[in-house]
Order: sequence, then structure tokens, then C-alpha cells
Amino acid sequence: MTPAVRFQNVSRRFGTVRAVDNLTLDIAEGEFFAMLGPSGSGKTTCLRLIAGFEQPDEGHIEIFGETAEGLPPYKRNVNTVFQDYALFPHMSVGENVAYGLMIKGVSRADRESQAKDALAMVKLSGFEARRAAQLSGGQRQRVALARALVNNPKVLLLDEPLGALDLKLREQMQEELKALQQSLGITFVFVTHDQGEALSMANRVAIFNEGRIVQAGSPEDVYERPRSRFVADFVGSSNVLAPDFASRHGGTRCWTSLRPEKIALAAPAAPVPEGHASADGTADLISYQGPVTRITVMSEGLRLVATVPATAGSVKQGDRVRLHWPRRAMFAMEDSA
Amino acid sequence: MSVAAAVERTGGFIERLSDVLFRRPRMLTLLLLLPPLIWIGVVYVGSLFALLLQSFYKLDDFSGLVVHELTLSTYAELIEEAHLQVILRTIVMSTMVTLACAIIAFPIAYYAARYARGWMKAAFYLAVMTPLWSSYLVKIYAWKLILAKEGIITWMAESLYLSWLLEAILALPVVGGPSLSFSYIGTFLVFVYIWIPYMILPIQAALERVPGNLIEASADLGADPGQTFRTVLLPLALPGIVAGSIFTFSLTLGDYIVPQIVGNSRLMIGQAVYTLQGTAGNIPLAAAFTVVPMAIMGLYLFMAKRMGAFDVL
Repeated sequence: MTPAVRFQNVSRRFGTVRAVDNLTLDIAEGEFFAMLGPSGSGKTTCLRLIAGFEQPDEGHIEIFGETAEGLPPYKRNVNTVFQDYALFPHMSVGENVAYGLMIKGVSRADRESQAKDALAMVKLSGFEARRAAQLSGGQRQRVALARALVNNPKVLLLDEPLGALDLKLREQMQEELKALQQSLGITFVFVTHDQGEALSMANRVAIFNEGRIVQAGSPEDVYERPRSRFVADFVGSSNVLAPDFASRHGGTRCWTSLRPEKIALAAPAAPVPEGHASADGTADLISYQGPVTRITVMSEGLRLVATVPATAGSVKQGDRVRLHWPRRAMFAMEDSA
Repeated sequence: MSVAAAVERTGGFIERLSDVLFRRPRMLTLLLLLPPLIWIGVVYVGSLFALLLQSFYKLDDFSGLVVHELTLSTYAELIEEAHLQVILRTIVMSTMVTLACAIIAFPIAYYAARYARGWMKAAFYLAVMTPLWSSYLVKIYAWKLILAKEGIITWMAESLYLSWLLEAILALPVVGGPSLSFSYIGTFLVFVYIWIPYMILPIQAALERVPGNLIEASADLGADPGQTFRTVLLPLALPGIVAGSIFTFSLTLGDYIVPQIVGNSRLMIGQAVYTLQGTAGNIPLAAAFTVVPMAIMGLYLFMAKRMGAFDVL
């Protein structure tokens, strides 16, 4: 099957900075694809290359099998939801949503009814006559989504669309976006620096660093089996065990990832369950986070972070504790970078 | 060890005064606004009103004295053929100057707002502003020399074997004349030159406030650059264009120096006012003439508002 988006050895430089560096990537049709990475890692440039706002310096880009490089944005059947929504301030919500149709020359009656349907899809029926300035952040977000989707794009690009929303709203929009993507079947390409967002919404996640994809795979894959220290650290902060420490505590002599939530807390000298490895240390920082408590333990010169259920007892700073974790929770990484 | 008090109750008169003003911010606003309000209210609006009143008096033809009785006969005089021509000529000139300024200023303002950064931006401001710092009269006389029959334009046309073109332009009816400096074309060129900064700056300010991603969003939704210009850029720049056109239009409507120095001998409103209040001593008619630009500008602003030019402000 033809991929929805294909990058072949694509590079984009700004001055001496390689924003995208020899990138090769396929995004399958109907996928919810997340590009995850710190700022400046090239994920947004990648999105802009698909949209057509940037052109590659080298390499080849295909959208549904057709060559995309050289094509301006207005000749590509992809639409973007911008980070700060980019709604037209001089138009009503209805006119904003119908803008793409107006440009295509769709008759007024048709585009009004299609805009109405699109607004209903994002749960904003009856908002047609309002101005963008009269809407809340979450509502603007929905208008931007409707304005893009009304054009039936082959690929929908979302550039950190939830970044400006507060936590509650963000969680709600995450679920809605996921449901929308499943019901429409359109390929979504989503840029974010929030690993929780990427893991919860996407079918596949690509982790970007310095213009390259360092790992791509299913959310479980990149979370459970990080291939490098960068991924282990960026996708849900992980304990990275040095090869020495790992080999002494039931692992192989490799840089090893150990997720904080896999670690259990016990009293000093408590028995270690079957199949578990253990380490003794001194509790340092303790931070209560509602459902869980995050405890930093200094053990053999290494800082280990454990997130334990909040009910796990009253450990105080300076207490001696024993940590233990299943041996199979330790994942040896190929890459020490 | 001395401990600072939590509350200070000391201070001289000035300090106590600022305490009072801090508690009563409206009083502070009033104090700050009173002098300019008196200035605008009494000196400016007052004299404007006196001027308006003058236009409802008339000049006694026989004695040459102003008759202080309210009458509309001066306005009747204003719409006589010869005076109406002055008004019409001035309006056409102001409209042409405004249109030309808008067309020339837009790309310059667009470049400055969207692309110029760092020293390029400083250079832009300098290039636009420096002509405003030099004397208005010097600039106009300089233009007179440039446009004169012995001037650089004629010389260049000769050097490029384009004298026939210059002659053809000067042979045009109405706008032509014996030389560029004695034609409407010359007057028009000088007006465009001296007023254009007043058009560039407001448009640049308006475009500066248009976020770049609106242009991208428009392209993303399928609009080619022409469509983006018509449907996004132009409507958002319109308040700036209207603001600039208020300057260029009203400045041209009232100017009496440019057409005096560069142009043919036909009067514009400003010159008519100057002549009437000076040599002719016909203050009522001069006042009636000055009401015309005010009425036109009022009408223009009203229509601009009706057309939604200020909706995005």
C-alpha cells in the first residue's frame, strides 16, 4: 500500500543548523502518527515540510505517492491545525470554517451547510456568527479543527494543538481527537513535546532528536523498550542504570532503563520477592503527587527515582530503605547515547 | 537591631499628595487631562466654531465689509461654476494622490513589516523619515528644479532618446502643460512624494500586527498568493490604509504651497482660501471653502466606518 507520507533522505538546513537531517520515514494511511521531541529537534520542520511551508534542501517527499517537493501549500491536499490556531480575526467562526470551500469556489449555500456540519462535529453548533475573539482557547481549537477538516484533507497536520490549553481541557481534547481520528479514518500527523499526549493518542510515535528520528514504534514499544538513553529519559523519565550497577543488580552489563513505577519500596532488610532485584539506599527527596509519591533514593552513588502508591507508608528524608523491582523490568539499551 | 515599621506614616507634602492621588486615580487623570482639554476645547474647537460662524456671514459687495447676519448666501456663492471647479479639481487631485500613495506604499510597508529585520529595519525607518526632517519648502523647490524644462528629467529623456515620450506626456490634455513643473502631473508627483511617508507608516503598523501564520493558514486552506492578498492581507491592512489615506487626502485637500510652486495657475482649495482671506478680504467665502475639506473628510470617515474598515481594530 502507498504510504500517506514518505520521506526519503530528506534534509532541511537553516544556515548551518540541520533542522532535519537525512530523514527517512513512512507514515501509513489512516495512522495517528505522533512526532515527539524536545524543542529544536526538527519535528515541527518535518510537519512544515509536509504542509509545504518549507521545501527540502535534499531528498524526496511523497504524499500518497505523488511528489510533493516544489509544490506550494495551496496545491497540497493536506491541512494544518496551527499551534495558536491562526483564526482569521476579520471573519466570523462560520466564515473561518468555510474559508477553504470559498477559495475552492463552492456555492454559498453548500459551504454554509458543510461548515455547519463541521462545527457540529467539533461540538460548536450555533457558533457560526461569533468572532474568533469572543471564543475561549478550547473553542478556538475546535474551530481550527473544523476549518481544517471541512476540506476533507488526505492528511491532517496538528502542530502542538493542545499546548495552550489547561490540563483538564487538554485531556478532554485528547480523547475527542482520538475518537475523531478513528471515526474519520484520516491520517493524523501530530507534533508534540508532551510524551503523555503522544503515548495516549498515537498508534505510532517517532522520537526526534537533533533532526533525526532516534526511535519509532508503537507507544508500548518506545515506552517499554527504549533503544537509547535519550529515549528512555525523554519518554517518561526513566532511571538509567550504568552498566556496572545493572550487572550487579540482576541485569546485563549494559546501559539499562528502569521505569520508576516498576520499583517497589520496602523496609530495610525486608525479604526480596522471587525474580526481583534489589538495592539499598537512603531516601532523599520525597514529593507527594496525589495518586503517587515520587521518592528519590541515593544508592551506591546513583540516584534512583521510584513512584510508589501514595499509601505506601511514611518514609521520611534520610530513612534507610530497600528498593526492589522485577528483573524483567530492566531493559538493556543498544545505544549509550 | 532596628526593625523597619510595617506601615510608614511619615512624609512631606509631595509624598502625601501622591498618596492621595494613588487612592483617587480618577483625580490624577483629571489633573493630567485638564490642560490639554482646555487647549483643545477653548483654543482649537472655539476658533473652529468661530470659523464656521464666519461662513454664515456674507461680504457686502458694495462696501467690501462683512455683514454680521446669518445667511446662506455665501454657500450659494460657493457652488457657483468657478468655485465648484476649484473644489472638484482639488478632490480629484487628492483622490489621485491618495490612490498613488496607497499603491506605492503597500509593497514598501509590506516588505518592512514582514521581511526587514535588524539594520534593514533601521534603514527603512531612516529612509522613510528623513525626508520629513528636511524643510518642506526646500523639497518643493528641489522638485521644481527636477521637473523644470531645463531639469534632470528633460535631460535624461534627451540622453535616452525619449524626448518624444516626454513631449507626448506633456501634450496630454488637462494634465499636461509647457513643462512638468507647470502641469498637474508635476503637482501630482510632488504631492505623492511629500505625503507618502504618512501612508507607509500606518500601513506598516497595520501589517506588523498581522500574524505571519494567518498568511500560512490561508495558503494551507488552498488560497494562492493573490487570493490571500484579497481575502486576508488587504482586509487586515485596511485600517492602516484608511488611516494613511486620511493623512494624504486631507493634507492634499488643504495644501496651498505645492500647487503654488509646482503646477499651472489654476487654483486649488487651499490657494482659494489664501487668496480670499488675504487680498480679497472675503473672510466668509474663505471660511465656506475651509468647511468643504472638513465635510469631505467627515463623509469619508463615515463611509469607511460603514464599510467596516475599522472592524478589526
